[in-house]
Amino acid sequence: MEFKTVVFYALSAVLIFASLRVITARNPVVAALHLILAFFSAGGIWALLQAEFLAISIVLVYVGAVMVLFLFVVMMLDINLDRIREGFWSYLPLGAIVGIVMVAELGAVLGANYVGVLEADAPQTPAGTSNTKALGRLIYTDFVYPFELASVILLVAIIAAIAITYRGPKKTKYTDPAKQIRVQAKDRVRVLQMPAEKQD
Amino acid sequence: MDTLLQYFSGMFGSAWPLVWSLAKIVAIVAPLMLGVAYLTFWERKVIGWMQVRIGPNRVGPWGLIQPIADGVKLLLKEIVIPTKSSTWIFLMAPGLAIAPALACWAVIPFNDTLVLANIDASLLYVMAIASIGVYGIILSGWASNSKYAFLGGMRAAAQMISYEIAMGFALVTVLMVSNGLNLADIVRAQDKGMFAEHGLGFLSWNWLPLLPMFVVYLISGVAETNRAPFDVAEGESEIVGFHAEYSGMAFALFFLAEYANMILIAALTSIMFLGGWLSPVGFLPDSIIWLFGKMAFILLLFLWFRATFPRYRYDQLMRLGWKVFIPVCLVWLTVVGVWMMSPWNIWK
Repeated sequence: MEFKTVVFYALSAVLIFASLRVITARNPVVAALHLILAFFSAGGIWALLQAEFLAISIVLVYVGAVMVLFLFVVMMLDINLDRIREGFWSYLPLGAIVGIVMVAELGAVLGANYVGVLEADAPQTPAGTSNTKALGRLIYTDFVYPFELASVILLVAIIAAIAITYRGPKKTKYTDPAKQIRVQAKDRVRVLQMPAEKQD
Repeated sequence: MDTLLQYFSGMFGSAWPLVWSLAKIVAIVAPLMLGVAYLTFWERKVIGWMQVRIGPNRVGPWGLIQPIADGVKLLLKEIVIPTKSSTWIFLMAPGLAIAPALACWAVIPFNDTLVLANIDASLLYVMAIASIGVYGIILSGWASNSKYAFLGGMRAAAQMISYEIAMGFALVTVLMVSNGLNLADIVRAQDKGMFAEHGLGFLSWNWLPLLPMFVVYLISGVAETNRAPFDVAEGESEIVGFHAEYSGMAFALFFLAEYANMILIAALTSIMFLGGWLSPVGFLPDSIIWLFGKMAFILLLFLWFRATFPRYRYDQLMRLGWKVFIPVCLVWLTVVGVWMMSPWNIWK
């Protein structure tokens, strides 16, 4: 067996195990940690397919940023496991149907082209080309409108998130650093002249 | 050297590439660990001098064995695991803190040819791996099952994420002007230009045209490693930090990670803004010694900051990251973009 194949099977095994633990782990933090492991192994598999940009960006974006915020939220929530488990059997049929439909769709999309994925040759790129550069060129030339559209959607989401959480201007007292710097002694200290009083 | 390598490759047979890579990893990590140990010593000495003290001087000549003694002490101490903590995660967290700090060194070029893994997108790799370092801190805070450690972890993680954005933007400008993501190419791109041709290479390095980015990167680097004046994560003197429940070697690993990250930031700053292994003037040859010299200078800056500045308050720290650095980065990103499209482009 080739070294690459060994690495592929090892990464896939970790990926499958981690994904299973995401849905079976009792503790939500442990589940989130396994999701991180799953992302990381998926990045490894992409790197094997010479998709270096995708591999690194899944680590950078999902592992390094999204999951950190996820963990933040999960750690601070007070999650009652029994309450979550209550409706498990009543939700199961609906969940199973959605799951099967998703698997079927993915299978239909991927299966058409890649049924013989093990036999197919991995796409060979000539040495010295960087797919990061190629991807960047494509995004800003051929696919510039979809790309800009996606960024506008993200911007809308950001503004919406701010609009939802914004609760009006701050009513509490707070310090303005610019004002603090500009302050002078005469603003704070008042020198009083008082005539000495005689005691009698 | 070549005959020696051939002899060894014959001895190990097909396992040779693996053994050779391992040997190279050891050749990077062992000096790094020694550097970490003596950086702690140097820090105590330098801050001592700045405060008109002597610093450590008891163990060995001039106190030189001090870091070894500290290491042995920490190794022999008991690791106390709090009851009701998540033992596995509690023990895993220090490892998660230090592993990224070491893994980044795989792509750091020491000179024109000396690099462990010369990958195409090494700048992206460094950013991706460095962003994982935050898990060690969050998880140690959470797994300790202590409110103080948890709050400390949250504080540190929020700070690291905020400054990572500014750092990322600084790196985007660097990759724009060097037209590549490979760290060695970034250094080579700094060897060109008007000043480099006249033998004044140090004026062609990125620090001058990208001065705001250089400053932002350096300060964000200090914040990213949770060093003073941004050390609210730890706040030795008054605040309780994320490693409140750790003792012995588990605690020492967090320290190792902090110092390894400092050396990493110093190396990256030297490579991206200060011309890496390039010599500052034309009549001296390029050499790895220049890289080490630049790293030593930046590390001295780290220690100098610590001895000079009082700690930032948490809201001021967040304000600096979000309301000062990120706008500065966005403006300079646009300026550099326009500059590169204009006839005065100096990075052709």
